[in-house]
Amino acid sequence: MTKPKFGVVIFPGSNCDYDAFYVLRKLYDFDVNFLWHKDSDLKNSDMIILPGGFSYGDYLRTGSIARFSPIMNSVIDFANKGGYVLGICNGFQILLEAGMLPGVLLKNNSLQFVSKDVYLSVESNSCLYTKGIELKKVLKVPVAHGEGNYFTDEETLKELNDNNQIVFKYSSPEGKPGEEFNPNGSLQNIAGIVNKKGNILGMMPHPERASDPVLGKTDGRLVFDSIGKYFYN
Amino acid sequence: MNILFRAKVIIKRRPSILDPQGKAVEKGAQHLGLNNIRDTRIGKFIEFTVDTKDKSAAEKEVNDYCAKLLANPIMEDFEFTLDQI
Repeated sequence: MTKPKFGVVIFPGSNCDYDAFYVLRKLYDFDVNFLWHKDSDLKNSDMIILPGGFSYGDYLRTGSIARFSPIMNSVIDFANKGGYVLGICNGFQILLEAGMLPGVLLKNNSLQFVSKDVYLSVESNSCLYTKGIELKKVLKVPVAHGEGNYFTDEETLKELNDNNQIVFKYSSPEGKPGEEFNPNGSLQNIAGIVNKKGNILGMMPHPERASDPVLGKTDGRLVFDSIGKYFYN
Repeated sequence: MNILFRAKVIIKRRPSILDPQGKAVEKGAQHLGLNNIRDTRIGKFIEFTVDTKDKSAAEKEVNDYCAKLLANPIMEDFEFTLDQI
């Protein structure tokens, strides 16, 4: 089976770049390259990962400066041509600032930085990232962010719903989405969305931190399993 | 010869966006005994200089800076003033 080739972007302040690299290379034996933010070569990657962290110190707004890194022009071109881009946490914030996904991530409504495990229900499995996961399956995956409160206008929210673009919602351990399980106050308990074409996914939770059994949880693997299994199928 | 302007930018959260930070700060005001404070909203103030051939060129550049980088139009509005130095 041909395996997809990944590129993990390193911005100044990225801190989940090695986590993503480790999971893809060591646990999956995928071909992975790091991509430096000042470069523009995507090294023939099939999928780009924008990792978590605090790119540019979160100055101004999270993701707002990373969005203008030279590598991002290549990433935007790549995505416009249908290339796969997965943004995790700060990567999701960058995707929104770059306009590659609709909406914005506001400060958590608690004003606190939240770092804990949450439950996610899979609300859509029509994109590559969740194609291999049963609808309504519950994943236990950690979040660690201060700005994860997803917001958008009503029209866009309706579009996201109508087009099945809401991929993950914060839920109870049994899979019922609800505000009491939502760590940041996001609209409709949204934890992750995909673009209309299905090639760009942004999510606040960290599947790469729930993949190695050594860490005590492996539900994040379902996302990488899905990518590996369906990329060339 | 170019003219130097001082730009002062104010960025505000759009009225439709909740401001939990403003609310939390306002609670502090109540603890201080300042009971008449209402509708606290926290924004940003940014200043810099612009070196251009005339005021309209400066306005255009500052407007671009605000619209494309300093403010996120989904959640923020901006206004600015330009004064010749």
